Amino acid sequence: MALLQISEPGLSAAPHQHRLAVGIDLGTTNSLVATVRNSISLVLNDQDGRALLPSVVRYLPDGGVQVGDVAQAVQSEDPINTIVSVKRFMGRGLADVGDVANMPYRFVDAPGMVQLRTVAGVKSPVEVSAEILNVLRVRAEQSLGGELVGAVITVPAYFDDAQRQATKDAAKLAGVNVLRLLNEPTAAAIAYGLDNAAEGIYAVYDLGGGTFDISILKLSKGVFEVLATNGDSALGGDDFDHRIYCGLLEKNKLSALGAHDTRLLLTRARAAKEELTDHAETRITAMLSGGDLIDTLLTQKDFHDMTLNLVARTMQPMRRALRDAELSADDIKGVVMVGGSTRMPQVQRAVAEFFKQTPLTNLDPDKVVALGAAIQANVLAGNRNADEWLLLDVSPLSLGIETMGGLTEKIIPRNSTIPTARAQEFTTFKDGQTAMSIHVVQGERELVSDCRSLARFELRGIPPMVAGSARIRVTYQIDADGLLSVSAREQSSGVESHIVVKPSYGLSDAEIAQMLQDSGRHAHDDMRARALREQQVEANQLLEAVSNALDQDGNTLLNEEQKTRILAAMGALRNELQGTDHLVIKRAAAQLNDATVTYAQARMDKSVSHALTGQKISELDN
Amino acid sequence: MSVVLTETAAKHVQNFLIKRGKGVGLRVGVRTSGCSGMAYKLEFADSANVEDLQFVSNGVTLLIDPQSLPYIDGMELDYTREGLNEGFKFNNPNVKDACGCGESFTV
Repeated sequence: MALLQISEPGLSAAPHQHRLAVGIDLGTTNSLVATVRNSISLVLNDQDGRALLPSVVRYLPDGGVQVGDVAQAVQSEDPINTIVSVKRFMGRGLADVGDVANMPYRFVDAPGMVQLRTVAGVKSPVEVSAEILNVLRVRAEQSLGGELVGAVITVPAYFDDAQRQATKDAAKLAGVNVLRLLNEPTAAAIAYGLDNAAEGIYAVYDLGGGTFDISILKLSKGVFEVLATNGDSALGGDDFDHRIYCGLLEKNKLSALGAHDTRLLLTRARAAKEELTDHAETRITAMLSGGDLIDTLLTQKDFHDMTLNLVARTMQPMRRALRDAELSADDIKGVVMVGGSTRMPQVQRAVAEFFKQTPLTNLDPDKVVALGAAIQANVLAGNRNADEWLLLDVSPLSLGIETMGGLTEKIIPRNSTIPTARAQEFTTFKDGQTAMSIHVVQGERELVSDCRSLARFELRGIPPMVAGSARIRVTYQIDADGLLSVSAREQSSGVESHIVVKPSYGLSDAEIAQMLQDSGRHAHDDMRARALREQQVEANQLLEAVSNALDQDGNTLLNEEQKTRILAAMGALRNELQGTDHLVIKRAAAQLNDATVTYAQARMDKSVSHALTGQKISELDN
Repeated sequence: MSVVLTETAAKHVQNFLIKRGKGVGLRVGVRTSGCSGMAYKLEFADSANVEDLQFVSNGVTLLIDPQSLPYIDGMELDYTREGLNEGFKFNNPNVKDACGCGESFTV
């Protein structure tokens, strides 16, 4: 018969209606699945009792697929068909991936997302990730004895729309219903129960195998807001192994080694690193292929000294994140440690020193993200009274629209809690304009050219009207997974157009980090660029208005001298428009304005007298 | 008249209660539901109701409402592992028939 679990009071499910939900940490190096059972969040192990599933997928010539440890074991023998760290390719174009030459894969540049040519055909990163998710889904269904209602999958806080969408697509392909995508640092904070703690600001320090992320989260009224993220996408536990390896080469006076010996020593170095977590010293022994015997004693202090600058490299992003959030280390109420590399005592000491408090380490740092995701999944599946627990996430980058002159108008600012919808009204720029092109951009900079273009669409069928009188309401909506849809509606006629943003490809982590940094660094340049563009737009509008007027009644209302003066001022303004100084353009525009004062007066008089012709004073009184 | 927990089941329940951080015991009962007429109810209990019958088995307090007792009298609750799955198993002498999965039963 079926095995039962204990429910919370009053929440026993009817038979056959257990709502099984899991949290999945789809990691770069390892993936995990966790669930809440008997009110406790726990990671589900495979048949052999292993919790971590290496995020490695190998394609076989017969079309078969190996996932996890089996695939990892043959990684060096079949590198072309064994895909590791596929998370780095999710939602990315070939140009975004970078360092392609140093990867063993045969990349295919496909529109939207890079693809990989394997012995079993061309595979997209979405398909590769789906294989990993599929293994986790099967593991979960076997462990829970039923089909899953859904899953919460975690993604890095800086993942953009394309990367989030790719993750959702992978889940769909694996037959996993996504209840919600959740930011990794937020999941870690949930696992520590910080969501029911008092309000405050928390730091999440995530040092994984190959990446370092620091996030500053603010919890208020059940909302986790990501105040700042920073990190180093090329710093992780592997670098610590490498330091030990270099130390070994130096001590034993070895020069360059073959691939086999290098791998052997790196494996030994890793074991030594793990040993030193709770031992004062360890002995590294290895027999090299050349017959040399390596036998070296490594103490915790040696290890600490040789990795001093690696630990120090995590401090810089921490300072930057705090500065971005306009906070000091004293404002941080708690520090959550995530990632296996945070087990190293020197890392814990450095973090404790930096934040002047002991970081939270009592949960397994490898599992903490999955555990938090499981808790969230349990709530979303309806296994807990949701009213006691509502968690919201925030958008990672600002979303805006292109306005005249290539400027960005932000519609949803960075760090807005999601789901959210914001609307803004725009108008036509020219008389009789019947269509409007809407360009959706993501980023923090003032100029569209410095932001990432997400989508373009057109609103057609606007009734012809004088410039500035149409009212077009543009609505941006982000759903709970951080995905965007945009709609535009002309208010008087009701014509509408909308788009679900499926960006062609995403931003690289480095790009996002760069964009965030640039927005600060370039703030001054941007302001000037913005002022220039605004002035250019204004000047062009003025020129157009004046030349239209001249065409209409320039000859009847103006004498030759007045006309020459206006034409000269127009010429001067056109000339200054080539330049880049917005103040000069402004002056020239002001001069043209001055030159046309009497002309404008004359035109006004003419149209007023035209309007008044044939009307009685009494009628005008009304 | 009684319902008992095996030693393994009791150990797990105690563990769960400690990790959950609150609760006075385990509420066991039946309710009319499911394809075969009745279904088990297994919940943490934060407080006892006045009419509850209480049994202590291997150190765990079991709370049972009087209407449920006739259907589960003499039952033994075990905690077992089947493949990757683990959970509570109800060995109920009163059951005459059960649906395929055993979540729902007839007395």
